[in-house]
Amino acid sequence: MYKYGEMFIVSFFSGFIARALMLRIDYRQFPSFPQSYLIHLSMGFIASVLGSLALPVLLEEEFIAITFITIGAQHFREIRSLERDSMEKLEETELINKGSAYIEGIAKLFEARNYMALFTSLGTSIFYYFTNLEISIISAIIIGYMLHIMMKGPHISDIADVEITALTIRGYNIGVDDVIIMNVGEKAAWEKWKSEGIGIKIIPKDENARATLANLGQRQAIIHDLAILMGVKLDKGMEQFTPLARLELDYGILNIIIIPQEPDNEFIKEAIKKIPVLESSQKKPLKSIMGKKAAD
Amino acid sequence: MLKNYSETNSILAVITKKENHDIVFGGGAPIFLVENNQRLEELSMLIARITLGMVHDLGNNIKIIVKH
Repeated sequence: MYKYGEMFIVSFFSGFIARALMLRIDYRQFPSFPQSYLIHLSMGFIASVLGSLALPVLLEEEFIAITFITIGAQHFREIRSLERDSMEKLEETELINKGSAYIEGIAKLFEARNYMALFTSLGTSIFYYFTNLEISIISAIIIGYMLHIMMKGPHISDIADVEITALTIRGYNIGVDDVIIMNVGEKAAWEKWKSEGIGIKIIPKDENARATLANLGQRQAIIHDLAILMGVKLDKGMEQFTPLARLELDYGILNIIIIPQEPDNEFIKEAIKKIPVLESSQKKPLKSIMGKKAAD
Repeated sequence: MLKNYSETNSILAVITKKENHDIVFGGGAPIFLVENNQRLEELSMLIARITLGMVHDLGNNIKIIVKH
């Protein structure tokens, strides 16, 4: 048998399983089953093969083989653009767009997960080389789990509080509290908003959260996910029912108006809290001295 | 035609009552003058559906169609 056979098998499987466990299907239905699933599993396969081969080739002093890893990295970068392209194309088929920030976030995540598989494999093979089989398996679990935790971003519940309120209706203008968001000129549509519409207030916890919620991509992601989770009464050519999100300028509260299919306030609240905060929309003005002083 | 004219976020049509003719006139968008409130609702709804736009009410029985 190949000299590093056992090392290769252990480290390969740890990387591959780590990748496979991350491929979960949730409400977003992304990646879609079964084709996308297979694509990502095979990419994970390549990543873990690369990761588990890195140490054996070094031990054999085949330094030229390391260049293959760089080729692999190149390949994973293509995954990001591949995912981005396909999601951008599908954007026109969505009633409520994901928005480019959300798409970029998802695409980035898929690239990163391949590196995760690669590093899990590499780490396991190093542990195997210096210790034994049992310890390397345990370390594989720990490495995989740690990388998984590291890559987990915050949720809305971490940065803001959510409140459900009734809509403010002033003549044909509707909004939340004092923020007028939409002018509905059609009597039937206006009545529907009046009877079924709800207002949602997302109240930022600090200045960082305020800057994050102000991001247009983040708002679009919230509306998109909310529409998937709670349903939305909307169709093409029915622009008057589009859910909208606008800022209250004084306190940075994000106000959303929506006509949900399931008007269950408690679950709407829970749904919003679970929505991820996009990597690209996170701003941290409090990390700077000026921002911190100005916020006092 | 205006240089930066785009179909979205511009007024596509104005629907108003005949008595508003001295307030609403001219410009780039077609103006529909109607007799009564019921016709006003009906016509604005129809045009909005056909243009995939949305009806806005400016008060005084003036309705505009805008595509967002």
